[in-house]
This record gives sequence, structure tokens and C-alpha cells, in this order.
Amino acid sequence: MADNVLVQRPEFVREIEISAYGVVEKPLTTWEKIFNNTAVRKGLLLLMLATIWQVYSTVLDNPLLFPKFSDTVSAFYDNLMNGVLLQRSWFSIKVLLMGYAAGLLLAGALTSFAISTRIGNDLLETLTAMFNPLPAIALLPLALIWFGLGNGSLVFVLIHSVLWPVALNTHSGFMSVSQTMRMVGRNYGLAGPRYVAKILIPAAFPNILTGMKIGWAFAWRTLIAAELVFGVSSGSGGLGWFIYENKNQLEIANVFAGLFSVIIIGLFVENFIFRNIELKTVRKWGMQS
Amino acid sequence: MPQRPLRSGLAARIERWGTKTMTAASPLLEVKGVTLQYKTKEHLVTATYRVDFQVYKSDRFVILGPSGCGKSTLLKGVGGYLQPSEGSMRLNGEVIKKPGSDRVFVFQEFDQLLPWKTVKQNVMFALTSSGKFKGRAAEDKAIQYIEKVNLIKFADSFPHTLSGGMKQRVAIARGMAMEPDVLLMDEPFAALDALTRRKMQEELLQLWDDTHFTVLFVTHSILEAVLIGNRILLLSPHPGRVKAELNSDGKDNVGADGRKLSDRIHDMLFADQIEERVTPHG
Repeated sequence: MADNVLVQRPEFVREIEISAYGVVEKPLTTWEKIFNNTAVRKGLLLLMLATIWQVYSTVLDNPLLFPKFSDTVSAFYDNLMNGVLLQRSWFSIKVLLMGYAAGLLLAGALTSFAISTRIGNDLLETLTAMFNPLPAIALLPLALIWFGLGNGSLVFVLIHSVLWPVALNTHSGFMSVSQTMRMVGRNYGLAGPRYVAKILIPAAFPNILTGMKIGWAFAWRTLIAAELVFGVSSGSGGLGWFIYENKNQLEIANVFAGLFSVIIIGLFVENFIFRNIELKTVRKWGMQS
Repeated sequence: MPQRPLRSGLAARIERWGTKTMTAASPLLEVKGVTLQYKTKEHLVTATYRVDFQVYKSDRFVILGPSGCGKSTLLKGVGGYLQPSEGSMRLNGEVIKKPGSDRVFVFQEFDQLLPWKTVKQNVMFALTSSGKFKGRAAEDKAIQYIEKVNLIKFADSFPHTLSGGMKQRVAIARGMAMEPDVLLMDEPFAALDALTRRKMQEELLQLWDDTHFTVLFVTHSILEAVLIGNRILLLSPHPGRVKAELNSDGKDNVGADGRKLSDRIHDMLFADQIEERVTPHG
């Protein structure tokens, strides 16, 4: 009966011949290799954008509204060489690092409290739900009243912009540590702070790192915006103040040079510092591809 | 009717002496009337009901049963992650209260290895965290056991670069390096492909021949139970109760009733299923 349903075929076994086929691996051409490089492709795009900028600004011919690309580059170079940009950047970064470090410490304390008690958990969830959507810059007027014109206010708004995203990500990282890993930790007698340090933090590290990246981006934006609002306080303002000052003096090429620096520092931290931390940790461990 | 065989006085005496030593040797792990319950969001689930068994030194004690018989829960109880609501569990005469490094777990899941540590660091982590060894001594011990599972070439590799079978071998090496009183294995080979599983079972038996460690092994595979265990505890499901305790020599030999051990076990489990269909629970 099955004979009617199934098609009958003879069996066969083959001897596998060696070297009967053509190319298995063939090297790519030089052109293909170059174009496969992401940096090369992105570099080409940047070059194109710069050309469009240069052409458009030459046609427009209004350095007050839109300076030429070449003018911006030379303004950037001049300010870099006479040390003004470096000094202003350093001022901004110094304040930023203070706020960032304080924010991370507070986030660590808050999440530790949150994972050890239920009320701490509720507290963290309520606070992040309330404050995470609140833009840090909206707190600036209040900060000015509380801490006056100066670094105190800047650090306060920076803490606000770092604390919530880092705490939120760290906490969700801790919550998603697998049951098996937790049991392994307890099996070998880990408890309390040692358990947090040796199991929870490394296991949640991909989330913690994401939180730190988001926190950094928020902090950088907040800082520049805050400086634009009140960089006037002291003699040495930051990058935001540099931009604001040059706008007042109608040195538009310098304004562009300031914006340039903001972008470059942002790219450097994102693509060099965080990228290297990622390569040395979560990617090496196969926890993120 | 089976006829009682005649014995010489000497043989009878030897047997009496034998049984005496058997009872005199106290069990390493004694589980008495243990009922384990855990809460889900909606129910209080009774996983096992008044389970008794004893594990002696160097036993390869297998807990076998269909899914839902509470065998994993039972192992977690022995591990100290769960307190029984009734009965007692004693290791070397002491009541099990919390997880400890005298009972080391090998899980089914691959993420039991810490991904941020290399193979060697994973084994060393266990030894140093528990305070058993420090520094150089821990490293030597780790190397010794990684050699035992033939992974010395991969000692400095990270777990994500290893195959499933290799990961489980690292977990076994880590467990054995702790030299615990009893090794608790929760379906350690269930996530592996059939060929690798077969190989790992043989390797485990070779390791046992080498060091005669005591292992409590949970599985739902009858063939695995017959191959691995020298003593098999059969649990019936919903909730887990002891159905039988059988001896095995690993060869699945034909017993006195003319049937293979695995067939007998299969029938016992199968009988349960029919029973359940006739008188369904809840």
C-alpha cells in the first residue's frame, strides 16, 4: 500500500573527489577592501558635506549668517593654537566630570538601596518615573536660587541629568540577572556586598554601561545649554559661554568653531572611551555583539 | 512459587555481617518525609509530598520522574535554596539550612558559567569565593580539574567561545574542584545534542571511576538514569511522591521477571499516566 504513495529510488554512495572544483577562497580586490572599511565610507560622506557647505556659503557670501567652511576651520585652528578653546573645553569637562562622578555615586547608592529592600525598590521606581522625563535645564532657575551663579548650580543640574538614566538602567540590569547566575553566586557562599560586587555588577554590566553612555550624553548637552544661559558668572566660562560670547561679538566663524569642539569632544568620548570600555568588557565576554 | 535457596552457615553469616555493615554505615544525605511547597502568583504549589531517601557515600543517586514530579525542586531543597514545609533534610547529620559549598550545583543552563571570567577563572572563582583555597593553590587546583575534563587547551578562553558540551564540562570541573560532599546535577546534559550527551555521560562515569565522588543526579530520561545511576529513585507526578527505588548496574540487564530495567521503569511511569487520565487532578 505504501508502494503506491512513495516514489521508489535506488540508493547511492559517492566517493568524494579532491581538487575537482574551482576556487574556494578568492581574495577581494583592493577597491572592494577599501570600500568595506566603514571609516573610509563615513569619511567620504563628511568630505561631501564639507564641499556642499563650502559651495553654498561661497554662493551666499554672508559671513554673518553662514561663514565659509574654510573660515570655520581656520577660526577653529586659531582658537586651538592660542589656547582659548582648550582652556574653555577643559573648564567644561572639569565641571562635567564632577557632576558625572557625583551622579554615578548617587545612582549606585540608590540602586543598592533599591535591590536590598522593597521600599527602596518602590522609592527608586517612583523617583525615576517622576524625574526621568524632567529636562535638567528646567531645574536651572531653581538651581540658581538655591546655589547661585557658579559651579554649584551646574553640578546640581548635571547630577539630575546623570542620576536617573544610570539608576534606571542599573536597576533593570540587576533585575534581569538570570536565576541560575544568582544561584551559582549563593552556592559558593557569596552574600551581601560581595555578592553585589562579584555577581550582580558584572552580570548587569551591559545595562550599566548603556546607562553610563546615556547619562554622559545627557550631561554633556545639559552642561552646554546651562553655560549658554549663565556663563557670565566667572571670568573663565566653558564652551557654552565661548559660543555665547562670540555670538554677541558677531564672530560667527568662532561660534561654528565652538560648536565644532562640542561635537568633537562628544564623538571622542562616545567612539573612543566608551567604545574601548565596551571592547575590553562586554564584547570580550560575549555579552553583547 | 520461588524456592528459598539453601545456604551454608558461613554464607548466611557473611550475609548477616554484610547487612549489618550496610545499616551501620550512616547515610551521607538523609531526606525524611520532606514536603516542598512554593508560591506562584496565584497558587501554593506542592512540589513533593513526604519524600524519603538516603544517599550514601560515592552513590550515583538518580532522581527520575516525568516533568512536574518536583525533582528539580527536590534538588533545590537539598541545595538549601528552599526550606521544606514538613520533614527534614540532613547532610552528615546536620540539618540543611542554606546554600553552601559542601553541596555544589551543576545546572542545565549554560549561563551558570560567569561570562566575564575565563574557564580557569570560573573554576578559581568558586574555590576562592567559598574560601576553600587562595591564590596559587586555587590556580593549581583549578588546572588539575580542568585537565581532568580535557579542557586544558581552553583554560584561558571565555565561555562564549566554547560549545555547549564544553561549557558543561567546565561546570562539572568547577563543581568537582570544590570537592563537595555531594555534587548536585540538575539535568546537566538535557540541553545538549544526542551525540554530545552520550559522550558526556560516558565521561561522567569515567570521572566517577577516577575519584568516586557522590552525585545526586536529576533527569527525566529513563535511559540516562539507567546508565548513570547505581540507585534510581522514581517519583510520581503532581505532587512528587516516591514510587520506587531501584538498583542499576548501568547495563540495563534483564531482571528476575524477564524484563529490562528500563522497560520496568517505563511501565511504572506509563501506569501513572493512565491512572491520571482516569482520575484527573484538580
